[in-house]
Amino acid sequence: MTTITDPHQGQFRLSMLLYDSRYRSMTIQIVALIGFLMLLGWLLSNTAQNLADLGKEPSFRFMFEPAGYDINQRLLEYDSQDTHLRASLMGLLNTLLVAVLGCIAATIIGVVIGVLRLSPNWIISRLSAVYVEGFRNVPVLLWIVFIMAILIETLPQPRAFRSGDATMSFWESVAVTNRGVYIPEPLFSRSLGDVHVFGASSLRFDVSLDLLALLAVLIAGILTSVLIKRRADATQEATGVRPRTWHWRLGVVVVPFLVVMGILGFYLGYPELKGFNFRGGTHLRNSLIALWLALSLYTGAFIAEIVRAGILAVSKGQTEAAGALGLRPNRTMSLVILPQALRVIIPPLISNYLNLTKNSSLAIAVGYMDITGTLGGITMNQTGRELETVLLLMLVYLAISLTISAVMNWYNESVKLKER
Amino acid sequence: MKKSVFLGALTVASIAAGASAAATLDDVKARGKLNCGVTTGLVGFAAPDANGKWEGFDVGVCRAVAAAVLGDANAVEFVPTTGKTRFTALASGEVDMLARNTTWTLSRDVDLKFDFVGVNYYDGQGFLVSKEMGVSSAKDLDGATVCIQTGTTTELNLADFFRANNISYEPVPIETNAEGQQQYLAGACDTYTTDASGLAATRATFEDPSAHVVLPEIISKEPLGPLVRHGDNEWGDIVRWTLNALISAEELGITSTNIGELSAAPGDNPEINRMLGTEGNLGEMLGLDADWAKRAIMAGGNYGELFAKNIGESTPIALARGLNAQWKDGGLIYSPPFR
Repeated sequence: MTTITDPHQGQFRLSMLLYDSRYRSMTIQIVALIGFLMLLGWLLSNTAQNLADLGKEPSFRFMFEPAGYDINQRLLEYDSQDTHLRASLMGLLNTLLVAVLGCIAATIIGVVIGVLRLSPNWIISRLSAVYVEGFRNVPVLLWIVFIMAILIETLPQPRAFRSGDATMSFWESVAVTNRGVYIPEPLFSRSLGDVHVFGASSLRFDVSLDLLALLAVLIAGILTSVLIKRRADATQEATGVRPRTWHWRLGVVVVPFLVVMGILGFYLGYPELKGFNFRGGTHLRNSLIALWLALSLYTGAFIAEIVRAGILAVSKGQTEAAGALGLRPNRTMSLVILPQALRVIIPPLISNYLNLTKNSSLAIAVGYMDITGTLGGITMNQTGRELETVLLLMLVYLAISLTISAVMNWYNESVKLKER
Repeated sequence: MKKSVFLGALTVASIAAGASAAATLDDVKARGKLNCGVTTGLVGFAAPDANGKWEGFDVGVCRAVAAAVLGDANAVEFVPTTGKTRFTALASGEVDMLARNTTWTLSRDVDLKFDFVGVNYYDGQGFLVSKEMGVSSAKDLDGATVCIQTGTTTELNLADFFRANNISYEPVPIETNAEGQQQYLAGACDTYTTDASGLAATRATFEDPSAHVVLPEIISKEPLGPLVRHGDNEWGDIVRWTLNALISAEELGITSTNIGELSAAPGDNPEINRMLGTEGNLGEMLGLDADWAKRAIMAGGNYGELFAKNIGESTPIALARGLNAQWKDGGLIYSPPFR
């Protein structure tokens, strides 16, 4: 027979903090916490003291002084007389641009390769395996530099287009050079103009009314299309016959869009060789292309493995059941396997998106002006404010990462199995 | 995880700041080696030769300081720095001095908390273009793609120059001279801009240097010189007067060949005697021994010898003395008197 003895109810003595198992763990934790805080305090005071000795008190005023340098790729209007804050904003937008493009491309590459790696076709699955192992096991910095070197060394110079050694592709509309790719840009001859937001401050930006109008028409079209589908669904449920609606659904999206484009006077501005470079059109710099390709191929390899694991996690019985119902393999994949695999895939996918975003800070290796290149590079160098700029940079990346996590977690909540 | 990164950064910052407070001369003597920040490789100014031995005009200044302080011109640890990393390396105490084509500007002197100890090369920013482009002036570069080392004064001059002339350009930021050279030769940029001396040195390494020209416009003043951290004036004095000793030696006709003879016994010229320690106690005032200047000059020769050997007209870089001639020959090189 076992007896459970009540804990001793006597008076609390100091020695119990060490010898009584009820209090010991708490004692240790508190001591560790105090030690940690003291270390933190020592580091902070030491840093402040040493900076004061050097005569460099932390200050963020430099952010409002003119930057003095130019940035080649800028998504908003900027010149060298703008402030360091605006230069950092240009960098931040460039970071976000390559991160978003990279995440999209990496997802597409990852899903395709992940599915192909499970293909019964020996060559296809082997080739996918080679891709995955090749990209996963070489540092991404080397891929970035390597792709950049290929772009610079193999593609023709703009000069070669004049002498006829190189020609523009796609009916004289796209120029592929070793300085980047020039593609036609959309222009409007009866433009509605821009709206200026935030006046003349460092955070000012312009919103194109043309773009807003097109977006509004597009969204309205899609919503109408969804309504038509709902009605078709209702008719099908009531009568068993599904009315033919695809031409209506396509029409309500495309026709108003084309009409608005016509009203605004849409035309394409083609790149033209003038002076040293192509002018006009949209310039996709090879720094952006190299960084984007390298990041998406590298992260795509990891995503491919996640997708493969997700698919393998769906029981084989599901495939067999789908086959028994008469579904063809590609429909089995898209209707049965992938939706279930997605639940396994999403959480590790989030961390890969975060990795891609953080890896984009390697941009300076190819001279892409992301926020590490502007705020953490030129601004830091010209102002000598190492501590302040690095702290700001860390905050920016922290904010971006937390935002991505929040959005993806929200998406994960919406697709995960609802347990009731 | 996030917290530990933050702590790491603070640790780096505090260690960095801590190191700079101590007396640099004592640190160097205790270490037995001078840590000297140089470029990552610019032939003629600072680049390792075939045997991995650093050579060049800026390297000569490092070796002279090491010889003056430690008595051994080879007791130097060369730390290659890029335009971006150099100031952090100096401010953090990773290097004791920087001899790296660094332009003396007010904000670097005052705001970045450094002390420039003098000028060893008066330079200006130029543009390198290939001859077949048919460009004869920098003002013809409207719309050109320009390779530029990031984190330099040239980056700011470039923006000012194109703005003042109301012409457009596309900057391609690069980190090192080698990268700039690669991009320029591949035609990824139309022109490469940096200090004219750097362009001459870069061009000298091309397969066919004669196919490229440096445009006549010099768009800025770039006084290049060694610098040290602000606040340790004794160390600053040593570097400053070592450079002055090299300059004065040329002016007074002291060369690496006749220095043995001149320093053996006091001669007729009192300034030579004071400098070489056969008279007076200038070395003691600096906290060094009497032979400091003699060793500095013997390390690589006087200013003129260093110039001729590394970047002068007989070398592939072929820079004329120009502004960098002695003041007596119409140049700007001038040292305060040794007295």
